[in-house]
Amino acid sequence: MPLDLRLEQRPQASAAWRYGAPLLAIAITLCAGAALFAVLGYPPAHSLKVFFIDPVSSVEGLAELALKATPLMLCAVGLSIGFRANVWNIGAEGQFVIGALAGGGLCLALQGDGGGWWLLPLMVVAGVLGGMAWAAIPAFLRTRFNANEILVSLMLTYVAVLLLQFLVHGPWKDPAGFNFPQSEMFAEGGLLPVLVEGTRLNLGTLVALAILGLAWAVLTRGLFGFQIRVIGQAPLAAAYAGFDQRRMIWASLLLSGALAGLAGVFEIAGPVGQLTPAIPQNYGFTAIIVAFLGRLHPVGILLGSLVIALSYLGGESAQILLRLPVAVAGVFQGMLLFFLLACDVLIRYRIRLGHSVRRAV
Amino acid sequence: MSPDVIAAVMMSVVAAATPLLLAALGELVTEKAGVLNLGVEGMMLIGAVAGFAAAMLTGSWIVGIVAAAFAGMAMALIFAVLALTLLANQVATGLALTIIGVGLSALVGRPFIGVPLPRLPQLYVPGLTDLPVVGRLIFGQDLLVYLSFALVVGIWWFLEKSRAGLVLRAVGESHDSAHAIGYPVIGIRYLATLFGGACCGLGGAYLSLAVTPMWAENMVAGRGWIALALVVFATWKPVRTLAGAYLFGGLAFGQLFLQGLGFSIPSQFLSMLPYVATIVVLTLISRDATRIRLNTPACLGKSYHPDH
Repeated sequence: MPLDLRLEQRPQASAAWRYGAPLLAIAITLCAGAALFAVLGYPPAHSLKVFFIDPVSSVEGLAELALKATPLMLCAVGLSIGFRANVWNIGAEGQFVIGALAGGGLCLALQGDGGGWWLLPLMVVAGVLGGMAWAAIPAFLRTRFNANEILVSLMLTYVAVLLLQFLVHGPWKDPAGFNFPQSEMFAEGGLLPVLVEGTRLNLGTLVALAILGLAWAVLTRGLFGFQIRVIGQAPLAAAYAGFDQRRMIWASLLLSGALAGLAGVFEIAGPVGQLTPAIPQNYGFTAIIVAFLGRLHPVGILLGSLVIALSYLGGESAQILLRLPVAVAGVFQGMLLFFLLACDVLIRYRIRLGHSVRRAV
Repeated sequence: MSPDVIAAVMMSVVAAATPLLLAALGELVTEKAGVLNLGVEGMMLIGAVAGFAAAMLTGSWIVGIVAAAFAGMAMALIFAVLALTLLANQVATGLALTIIGVGLSALVGRPFIGVPLPRLPQLYVPGLTDLPVVGRLIFGQDLLVYLSFALVVGIWWFLEKSRAGLVLRAVGESHDSAHAIGYPVIGIRYLATLFGGACCGLGGAYLSLAVTPMWAENMVAGRGWIALALVVFATWKPVRTLAGAYLFGGLAFGQLFLQGLGFSIPSQFLSMLPYVATIVVLTLISRDATRIRLNTPACLGKSYHPDH
């Protein structure tokens, strides 16, 4: 009705557009971004350069890019498993926070005498278990009581963030911290080793890349990956083949919770080094964009996480150099997802403008 | 408790319930047509900032309210173009709407942070409004509260009693049948989605014009998601949506009450209450899978393309 445009179904999904759509979406986002800058009264070309080129034109900048991409790829690869099976965990942000709390709390409790080499591995285990436990709540309520996992996992994100605020304002506040709402700094044993001197790039990024490789193998080569795809695309066929849907809901929520929790630990044991109210940086939400941008595929997610990480850095750069509010980054991220979803129509349909002759049935 | 205190408590319940009620009613109509728009939070945020900005710049709260409704509709239109015309996944599109609503409202609203605005005026009928307890409660509310009640009745009548409502429900239950009879499925879904957007915009504006007359980043604070849960809780029925919204409004009062009794519960735990309550209520109501299946519009969230 409102648009004079017709969609004609392709006989086969277009592989070219499957990979072309994200590129087209990025291009449109850049054009729309230039227009947005112009409307806000900033020179478009210069602003885009400040936003997308300046942050990565140095070694430190590239290291920061990889650092920001790490939690995004971890959360996104977990979410992509669920999205493939039509299980919508959108509470990765909460699982991220609980992972950070579990790992950070353990570090604060055990680091009394400086901690040893064993501290970091224990924190990682605690963080993974924490994220899993938080994701187990929507899994249990969905499989046992049929409660919608989208709403439950999202509500739990608010609960997790409030819990973090309570802990850093109360019991876990650093007594010597001039009453700032933050914990003690973590001891050396609770921090990830830095990979490149002079940057903040740390071991967490390498682990995240290894996990992406593992996910690629599992999703494309294993029976588990096949079951996930069948359940997502043809639930009836999956039931007929005897794939257990409940098990799949549990598996995808626990896995994505574990990876979000891991991302949370890496964040506090890496660039942050303590617990603060500023730990939630929306990685859990923007990871949803990364997952779609990356076509729910590990290699795509790697590329997608770099794009979204760049938008974070660009937001910070634009805030400093152009005095733009940091929310501009969110607008870019949202626009990108919109344009991507719009471009995705090209995978399955041809667009015909104007009145076309209706096909004979 | 003295009558004055009771009256004040009831007024705060109304204030907490109205934004939820407005947004949930809008989403209810949208979902009845078979469209699942998860962008309620984003539409409410845009409504809140647009309503506040328009009211402040023009000095007219009527302009503010109208602007909020149109802003919510504009957001819903983006959703409709993507999800209905371009057949994008509705869950993903709704999430995108919320992500961009958070960012855009923060960007647009930056000049308005910390600017005070007088509250949306409340009705005053000499004699009636002065009645003890019920006076202010019934005759002393603002326009949007009365509108929310009118919407409950109007939407109930529309869905249950009118022919147009029957068509809308048919589109939500079976788009193929509705199309075969000759109804414009996509057009009806566009209208239902736009109506939902307008209501969500109004719900957001109620927060920034009446509950706390100011603009703050992310001030909707999850109420959009609670409104979505309310629609399930109400099993897609307008009168039950009213009951649910006031139940949650009462919860807000429960927080104050506990603090007033001198329980030393940290404020963060009190703030968790609505979110935890949403999970509990959602779980209780969803437990009965048959009942949910019977009441859910059968085509909810499914894309429609006439060639299939």
